[in-house]
Amino acid sequence: MNAIEAGHLVKRFGTVTAVNDVTITVREGEIFGFLGPNGAGKTTTMRLLTGVLTPDAGTARINGIDIHRHPLDAKMQMGVIPESSTVYGDMSAEQNLHLSGQMYGMPRALREERIDEILSRMGLYEKRRLPVRTFSKGMKQRVSIACAIIHRPKILFLDEPTSGLDVQSRRLVIETIHQMNEQGSTIFLTTHNIEEANTLCQTVCIINKGKIVAQDSPERLKKMFDTTQSVEVSFDRPVTRDLFVAEGILRAEPCGDKWRLYTDNPDLVLKYLIRSAERESIGITSLTISGPSLEEAFVQITECA
Amino acid sequence: MEIPLFLRGILVITGKNMRLYYTKPPVLMFGVLFPLFMFFAFFVGRKLDLTTFFPAFLAMMLFFTASSVGPLITPWEKREKTYERLLSYPVTQDSIILGDVVAGAIFGMGISLLVWVASIIFVPVGVTNIGLFVLAFLLGTLSCSALGALLASPASDSPPNVMIFSNLIRFPLIFISGIFVPLAQMQGLGLTLAYCSPLTYLVDLFNAAMSGTSVFSPLVDCGVLIGVSAGFILAARVIQKRNLMKGM
Repeated sequence: MNAIEAGHLVKRFGTVTAVNDVTITVREGEIFGFLGPNGAGKTTTMRLLTGVLTPDAGTARINGIDIHRHPLDAKMQMGVIPESSTVYGDMSAEQNLHLSGQMYGMPRALREERIDEILSRMGLYEKRRLPVRTFSKGMKQRVSIACAIIHRPKILFLDEPTSGLDVQSRRLVIETIHQMNEQGSTIFLTTHNIEEANTLCQTVCIINKGKIVAQDSPERLKKMFDTTQSVEVSFDRPVTRDLFVAEGILRAEPCGDKWRLYTDNPDLVLKYLIRSAERESIGITSLTISGPSLEEAFVQITECA
Repeated sequence: MEIPLFLRGILVITGKNMRLYYTKPPVLMFGVLFPLFMFFAFFVGRKLDLTTFFPAFLAMMLFFTASSVGPLITPWEKREKTYERLLSYPVTQDSIILGDVVAGAIFGMGISLLVWVASIIFVPVGVTNIGLFVLAFLLGTLSCSALGALLASPASDSPPNVMIFSNLIRFPLIFISGIFVPLAQMQGLGLTLAYCSPLTYLVDLFNAAMSGTSVFSPLVDCGVLIGVSAGFILAARVIQKRNLMKGM
């Protein structure tokens, strides 16, 4: 059974078509990444799927329930984490979670048990009675996530959940996504963080200018653009770009203390680098060959569209 | 399954509104202090018969308190970005509007009852028809809080702007609704304007309940208050739905 089925969704704001004939299918139990550049229509699509906005055309089904005909039944199936950490600042973390639990009809005893469990897991138990407005951005986001998962939703929607978070909070968010997925929840994740989508998602869908331009597994998407690979190399002393003017090197980019060389023939580039290093008496401190990246695929797909 | 979910949504939203918004400064300012200041400014030290004017004062108090919560909630939630989360819960926009109306009505009811109980210690005001008095309270809080929900409908995420707008609408109403000049003494344009104000019918209903005299039949007063309540809620629904169609 499909967890999410959206067919030919259209949403216009005045003369702007934000979502243009979007059709998506998300299988039950998968982590689905919804990628796109800023303003591509990711958030609007998510709002249409979660019943926050009504489409001008098209349908959306959540676990087989039409979200726009039976919004309440459909919303009971899902938890939503909107883009900004939308929790009530004047309430404590505990009160925010109680409110969420009440919205989903959870009895008080179950709420209390679940709130203690989630807040402990999120590292917020000690601060559960403090007003959320005193929390950092990462802590607010954790409360926001806790509010969305308190009722163990079958489908979890996350809109840019790690945007602007510190490393610890980001890891907690990713761990929570994994845990929810392992427990059987389907995850719909909108992001423009390619690496996140690459490591988390089983399926990636790319939207650009309101239209779906690609949908497949990250590996297959990368293979669509498998002519380009990259070699990352660093030396024991600075070198200039001139060193990388050679057969087989398509493009060279400085990348921190390394150079990233794009090539369609890594073997040729490796041999050239070793020869050049010997000739110039410079030491190679690291050397990595990377396959085609999802980022590269993303850039090419969105540029072509 | 949808109807119990719908009703639960209204209850939970009402509880949330009561917890979050009753103590917000704009609500206390325009809902409690403002009508009290109006009372002191217009009634105290003017040798007016307080027994005669008390029903009108009670109606004014109820009008300001019940209509002060609604205008704050939606713009506040939009500004804090909690409105989107609220819409993603198992609630509809209708349950949000009705939750706002009920929260405003309870606030108006509570404060006005408190004022009434405190007043009867000092002012010898009786109630000639307890049934009508209860009805006046119920319909008054409903219609005024429905007006509050309607006043929150403009597409704005700025609570101060919406509060100013709501006062621009509410403030003139108290001068044309038989509060400072009894309806029976009004004539011409003033009387015509009074007929257009829903507050007039609330003042009249309180007069009927407390002094036994009224300009209109209580049935007319009740009918008008029920009608305007439904009208305000429907208008709020249409405007807020239209706003949402345009985006968050």
